Amino acid sequence: MGTSEAKIEARRFGFYYGKREALKDVNLKVKEHQITALIGPSGCGKSTFLRALNRMNDTIIGARAEGEVLLDGCNIYAPGVDVVELRKRVGMVFQQPNPFPKTIFENVAFGPRVLGLDRKVSLDEVVERSLRSAALWDEVKDALNKSGLALSGGQQQRLCIARALATEPEVLLMDEPCSALDPQSTLRIEDLMNELKEHYTIVIVTHNMQQAARVSDWTGFLLLGDLVEYDKTAELFSRPKDKRTDDYITGRFG
Amino acid sequence: MPHPRESFDRHLHELQDDLLVMGSMVEKALERSMEALKTRNLEMAHHVIEDDVKINQKRFDIEEKCVELIATQQPMASDLRVIIAVLNIIVDLERIADHAEGNAKIAVMIGKEPPLKPLIDLPRMNQKTVDMLRRSLDAFCNRDAEAARSLCGEDDEVDNLYDQVFRELLTFMAEDSKTITRATRLIWVGHNLERSADRVTNICERVVYLVTGKMSEICVSKY
Repeated sequence: MGTSEAKIEARRFGFYYGKREALKDVNLKVKEHQITALIGPSGCGKSTFLRALNRMNDTIIGARAEGEVLLDGCNIYAPGVDVVELRKRVGMVFQQPNPFPKTIFENVAFGPRVLGLDRKVSLDEVVERSLRSAALWDEVKDALNKSGLALSGGQQQRLCIARALATEPEVLLMDEPCSALDPQSTLRIEDLMNELKEHYTIVIVTHNMQQAARVSDWTGFLLLGDLVEYDKTAELFSRPKDKRTDDYITGRFG
Repeated sequence: MPHPRESFDRHLHELQDDLLVMGSMVEKALERSMEALKTRNLEMAHHVIEDDVKINQKRFDIEEKCVELIATQQPMASDLRVIIAVLNIIVDLERIADHAEGNAKIAVMIGKEPPLKPLIDLPRMNQKTVDMLRRSLDAFCNRDAEAARSLCGEDDEVDNLYDQVFRELLTFMAEDSKTITRATRLIWVGHNLERSADRVTNICERVVYLVTGKMSEICVSKY
């Protein structure tokens, strides 16, 4: 750990909702093929930062970014960047499993259909590969024409992960992906994340500090828009350098 | 609404109180075992031996509480370090108590044999060890890494006294072979005390870990 390259690098990155400063001068390197967790109390800016990594905040009126976010060295906020192409490379999984009201197959096939598929691969293959990667294939392979909404919460979330993987992203952003799931499904997703990091770079926002400690390689602690501390997870949770980090992760505030 | 950490903080305080209680039990064992040796008080020696069971039990009780806190509270950062430090310190305390018990057993072994010499340096070693032990636990309570570090240096005094005891008893044995049994037993006493003081330096290292998060050997004892 520590030797791998930065897949994403935020440089003096700031973000505003109108006049409100949500992120200040954040400098952070997300390492390739590692899981980076962002923690902090509500309103600290962690979700803003996550969404900034594929420009999901762009649609918010009055929102404005400062500084740079480099993906493989190229600033995603530079003029002329194709946001659709960016979001293909940087996929996202949300808090509530949100499958489309379509069949399991169509849920996964949706992205490749919209974005256009590599003609050498059939849609069937993409769907199977994505469902396998999301550790869902064995459970749904005989029910691909059933509605995605008929699955359990944990399965729905894995379906959403499969949907995100179908467009072959390089980075997976996960915003509280387990907060609506029971402990068993949560552990499945965590196991899955560990498998996925071989091929993808993962950034996760979580309120559950135990989860951040369990699943991530690196952890960043944000407070009031500041990145207070960013370190290897084992280091941050056993001997944080900043008193505010210690106070937060020991539950003294937040 | 109660503070979210109220119950956890109370448990952490209890843990610290338990550690101090165990520490004072160990101090008492050291003091009484030396008193038994000095005054040839066999009854007191037997008390120390019996009380060691209570110290062992106390150590398990504290360990049990630590395990419960880890299992139920998922402590992190400084909280986690308190618990890990306590888990380590109780092992050192328990072992110091075993050394005290060992000295009480030697007092029983010596029994009513005529004394080889009045005990002077051994009680000094004992006193120094008790003093260091007490201050190491003070440093724990005060989260004082500096005090813990400087305490480690004082272990040399105990080592030097041990050298002195050893040389003196060797002279006895060289001059009169009939003293060998009694002198050897007193060397064992000195050895137990030297080991005990070393254990105190381990406690000091845990205090430094608790405060700074760094685990390292602070001083390497001569023995």
